[in-house]
Amino acid sequence: MAGEVVIRAEALTKRYGANLAVDHVDLEVGAGEIVGILGPNGSGKTTTILMLLGLTEPTEGRAMVAGFDPLRDPLEVKRRVGYLPDQVGFYDGLSALDNLAYTGRLAGLPRSEIDARFSEAMERVGLGPYGYARVRTFSQGMRQRLGLAEVLMKRPSVAILDEPTTALDPHSTQEFLGMIRGLKADGTAVLLSSHHLDQVQSVCDRVALFNRGRIALSGTVTELAGRVLGGGHVIDVEARGPEGAAGIAERLAAIPGIVRVHPLGGDRYRVDCQRDLRAEIARRLAPEVELIGIHFAAPSLNEVYNRYFEEARLAAQ
Amino acid sequence: MPRSSGIPAARRGSPWTGVGTVVAKETADHLSGVRMVVIEALIFLVALVLAWFSTTTIRETIGQSPFLFLRLLTITPDPIPFSFISMVGLVTPIIAIALGFDAINAEFNQRTLSRILAQPIYRDALLFGKFLARLLSLSIALVSLWLLVLGLGFLRLGLPPSGEELIRMLGFLVATIAFGGVWLALAMLFSVLFRAPATAALAALGLWLLFALFWTVMVTPLLATLIAGPAEGIFGPNIAYISTEQTLQRLSPNTLYSDAAVALLNPTTRALGPVFVSLRELSTMVNAPLPVSQSFILIWPQLTGLIAATIVIFAIAYIVFQRQEIRA
Repeated sequence: MAGEVVIRAEALTKRYGANLAVDHVDLEVGAGEIVGILGPNGSGKTTTILMLLGLTEPTEGRAMVAGFDPLRDPLEVKRRVGYLPDQVGFYDGLSALDNLAYTGRLAGLPRSEIDARFSEAMERVGLGPYGYARVRTFSQGMRQRLGLAEVLMKRPSVAILDEPTTALDPHSTQEFLGMIRGLKADGTAVLLSSHHLDQVQSVCDRVALFNRGRIALSGTVTELAGRVLGGGHVIDVEARGPEGAAGIAERLAAIPGIVRVHPLGGDRYRVDCQRDLRAEIARRLAPEVELIGIHFAAPSLNEVYNRYFEEARLAAQ
Repeated sequence: MPRSSGIPAARRGSPWTGVGTVVAKETADHLSGVRMVVIEALIFLVALVLAWFSTTTIRETIGQSPFLFLRLLTITPDPIPFSFISMVGLVTPIIAIALGFDAINAEFNQRTLSRILAQPIYRDALLFGKFLARLLSLSIALVSLWLLVLGLGFLRLGLPPSGEELIRMLGFLVATIAFGGVWLALAMLFSVLFRAPATAALAALGLWLLFALFWTVMVTPLLATLIAGPAEGIFGPNIAYISTEQTLQRLSPNTLYSDAAVALLNPTTRALGPVFVSLRELSTMVNAPLPVSQSFILIWPQLTGLIAATIVIFAIAYIVFQRQEIRA
């Protein structure tokens, strides 16, 4: 963890009647750390966020955000937390300045401070020239940036971003991810909820995988890969031989220490190993099979996610 | 260290935090919004025409009544088919509904609610701020209307209103604002209950139609007959029926308001509802105006009834809103 713990959830639980939406979630996020929360729809991510913000009351457990209990001190928590909801909305008839000045006044900022912070935040998100434009003229991407400007204006110690890149084009997404890294550089703890696993992997220090209201897995992507993919070593092999793809895959699977073999198409195979087996693979394939390349593959969060839920589905059957 | 479930924790921080900011923003939105400008323009136009014809009629019969300005509000001048108080009684609920029907559901639909509630403000403060802002906008519209009629009356009649007339007219203004408050609270309750603004507006207008058109004429006689028997008994009017019908009628904010308006603007009104007096008593009181303090005592139950109804309806809206999940 990067620094002092600014978000701490202990056995946080939320029930709606008989439905258990969040089930004893434990979570810690340090200052200057970006933690991704992942999971299918209805897995409890947004409910957890709402409990951390004090917008819904936990049935059990407790949380501390920026040193305050969201249940007892929601106003203090909200003064220190910037929240960007999924598909953020603004008052379309008002200008960007009027929209952000309203939330700035609600946050208790004096008028002079609002103007200064607004200009700075708008420049930072690339909306400098649009301060006086009505929000109804903004594209969804601009609205997302404006939402981030609102978070920046607050200078929060915690930023909670719920699906912030959903409506963005690839270029804007990359810019937006850069801005999220900027929050980390400011020392802000970021909780990022997203379905875009590649984006989460590219910016997050750690991830927490939600399933049916629980955090099923948490840690760095490499740690998760180790637990889900087996052994934590993923090796990409490029090879061709007379026995064909099936034969090579069979030959690889027979090597002790290899957990799984995934043909990737063409002459490429991805192998999950319990240890570094590059030398052993080269020895076992030779001389019948021509080894074109062999190297460690970076573990993909996408693979971890898909594998975890595939196994969860099979276990449930 | 899990918190024991079922025991709500006391929240810290003032429940008023942010109310002023919400009131300022929402009032500015309403006073500059096209919707309010159009409604107010129409009402002012009708009021202007009404005041013009009323003053014309009064000028022809000046000296017949010591309460010229009160007559200005109560007479039905030719060729207009209704009086000023009828018009105010008709349009006040409509303005209140127009102000309140999308107070909360529009925030859900614009997806602004979670963003606003993520700021340091309690959701009850948001609801209360919105209500106050709308009540303030409604009050500004009604005070402007009141001043317009008063000014035009002053200009056309060439006389200032007496102190008693002014107090009675102010009382009427307060009763009208309280009446508007009931419909505003109802419209806001529907805006909390229904996510579609059109549904909320229709529900509020439907209820208004029920109370304005059908309550006194159809609903209360029917219910009173079911509860207390027929209106006419063997020995004359059925007192139980009359009493029940009156109680039922007073469940309607329109009845409470019209009772209060009549008692305030017509000083000869000595009682609201059925009165049983001897002929001797009657001969001493006919056409004698009631002192203004007595008129206020007379309308006190109606006025407090309107204010209480506003508080109860707002409290229901508050409870429903507190229980809603904020995900938009």
